[in-house]
Amino acid sequence: MQSFKKIKTVITPLDQVNVDTDQIVPKQFLKLVQKSGFGKFLFYDWRYDDQENLKSDFILNNEKYKNSKILVAGDNFGCGSSREHAVWALQDYGFSVIVAPSFADIFYSNCFKNGLLPIVLEEKIVEKLQRETGMIEVDLENQIIKTSSEEIPFDIDLHKKQILLEGLDDIAQTLQYEKEISEFEKQSKTPSVL
Amino acid sequence: MGKTLFEKIWDAHIVVEKKNNPSLIYIDRHLIHEVTSPQAFDGLRMNHRSVRRPDLTIATMDHNVPTTDRSLPILDQTSAIQIRTLEKNCKDFGIQLFDITSHDQGIVHVIGPQLGITLPGTTIVCGDSHTSTHGAFGTLSFGIGTSEVEHVLASQTLWLDKPKPFEIRVEGKRKNPHAVTAKDIILSIIKNIGTAGGTGTVIEYRGDGISDLSMEQRMTICNMSIEAGARAGLIAPDEKTFDYLRDRKYTPKNYESLVDYWKDHLKTDSDAKFEKIYTLHIDNIAPQVSWGTNPGMTCDVTESVPSPEDFSKGDHNQKKGAEKALEYMDLKPGILITEIKIDRVFIGSCTNARLEDLIEASKIIKGRKISPHVRAMVVPGSQMVKKQAEDLGIDKIFTDANFEWRESGCSMCLGMNPDILSPGERCASTSNRNFEGRQGTGGRTHLVSPVMAAAAAIEGHFVDVRKMDLN
Repeated sequence: MQSFKKIKTVITPLDQVNVDTDQIVPKQFLKLVQKSGFGKFLFYDWRYDDQENLKSDFILNNEKYKNSKILVAGDNFGCGSSREHAVWALQDYGFSVIVAPSFADIFYSNCFKNGLLPIVLEEKIVEKLQRETGMIEVDLENQIIKTSSEEIPFDIDLHKKQILLEGLDDIAQTLQYEKEISEFEKQSKTPSVL
Repeated sequence: MGKTLFEKIWDAHIVVEKKNNPSLIYIDRHLIHEVTSPQAFDGLRMNHRSVRRPDLTIATMDHNVPTTDRSLPILDQTSAIQIRTLEKNCKDFGIQLFDITSHDQGIVHVIGPQLGITLPGTTIVCGDSHTSTHGAFGTLSFGIGTSEVEHVLASQTLWLDKPKPFEIRVEGKRKNPHAVTAKDIILSIIKNIGTAGGTGTVIEYRGDGISDLSMEQRMTICNMSIEAGARAGLIAPDEKTFDYLRDRKYTPKNYESLVDYWKDHLKTDSDAKFEKIYTLHIDNIAPQVSWGTNPGMTCDVTESVPSPEDFSKGDHNQKKGAEKALEYMDLKPGILITEIKIDRVFIGSCTNARLEDLIEASKIIKGRKISPHVRAMVVPGSQMVKKQAEDLGIDKIFTDANFEWRESGCSMCLGMNPDILSPGERCASTSNRNFEGRQGTGGRTHLVSPVMAAAAAIEGHFVDVRKMDLN
């Protein structure tokens, strides 16, 4: 996993609550067996019409937001299915940060496995950010979002912050606990399946 | 202070605990399927890692399998590749697979309990959010992403932040339990607490309204915990639980001694504290029908579609959401739910495709025909459910009424296989999600119980199933 660097970009405001993972990447694109190339399917039904032409009224299709790396959305972002394809699609499209008043649990944890930073902020701050048109900077190290007029601090669990900053391989870390895992297995009362 | 059932299961599975950090939790059962596992196996190969406990890992193919004749080749090439990839991965890593030809194939959350793989007090994960279903047996079960699938394959553990315990009490007696079902209870709960009402929590469902339910009905309740935003939902095991799992194909040999242990250990202490409590009284609840594009947008069958103002109760974001939903669903506020005509009926999914669901729906169908403008299908939750139903002659009741009777799989719940709605089609569905496009691009989904779906198929529009005679 790549380590998370400072980001400077305009914001893409997605003024919607309960954005579910079926919208982020519809089911017909879940049949691929690799992790790459999901960006073109991001928000597919909102981005394209029946003839696969870009819909001009959808925010991502506005030239202004073409190189944006931050998506700022409404409450309960990423609800529904556990598909990690949603995170792969957001990242492959170019987003590095998602800001919302709240995230669904599985989506939130999937973000950290891939180096995507989900930031939780109060609803009124999220709404203010959605109106921000200039460049903003996200500084994970110092847990600050800098806009043209102010600095907005954000909270993040220290452990998760470390994972993103160092781009740690989760599994390699865990396998260092081989002794503890084996000992647990020895005393476990749960029988094998087969 | 005492502990909740969830906290007891959690504590019994801690491998490593560090202050203010996630805990390393041991996973007793890992269920995998074709859609969320291929990238995880790739990850293992790239890093030269093996599957730590193939004996605790079980695979099936359910999400994109066709529900038509199993002897025919799969026409969709990308689906076929995904299915072949799972076969290869299971072979290479020594994992038991219930493939498309197996009598034990079915939706992963239907076969786990049916085969006795799901056991009380265990931790169960799967790359599918409806893993919460298994909580009906007093397990801690939850959906995970593909990176976590890889992590569990490699280490049989997961780093997890401890969720908060949330008590949902279901009190009272339903007046007509054949018409007002477990689906109506869980939809009522979601309608009231909202689709993010359970975020960050594990729900324990308690009260006489829960203990009265059969195991299959309890699975319907726990299944939709994720639709309330919860990480998991569970119900303390009782005699019904132990009876259900006795003498299944993979029931452990020392089952009775395990039951003795579970009886002593798997319950919430009387002095345990929950972080949140919500109580639903079910004496007077009505059959539920969703009208919008998330499961919280639901009302009684006797009501009319609400206006965005009434629905949102002053929250401008919810109001906007409701406006968008009504536009997508092509519904106007004020129209009676019973005036909404439907084109399709889907009885299936991990929420409502077990034997009891099919039996109950068949009582409405028996001796009747579906409305001529409706296309209706039954997709049993597993091949075993299908066979049990056929042995009882249930398939005949459905096909006599012009329902299609299909092979098992997830099917039109998420429309990854050829079973999808056409744009604009409106469906009464026993599944769990009514998101935009979920059952097919432009398709409109109304979530209901199996008996409500059956009644709608007959009448061609929603009806209050309490008013229909059972045959």
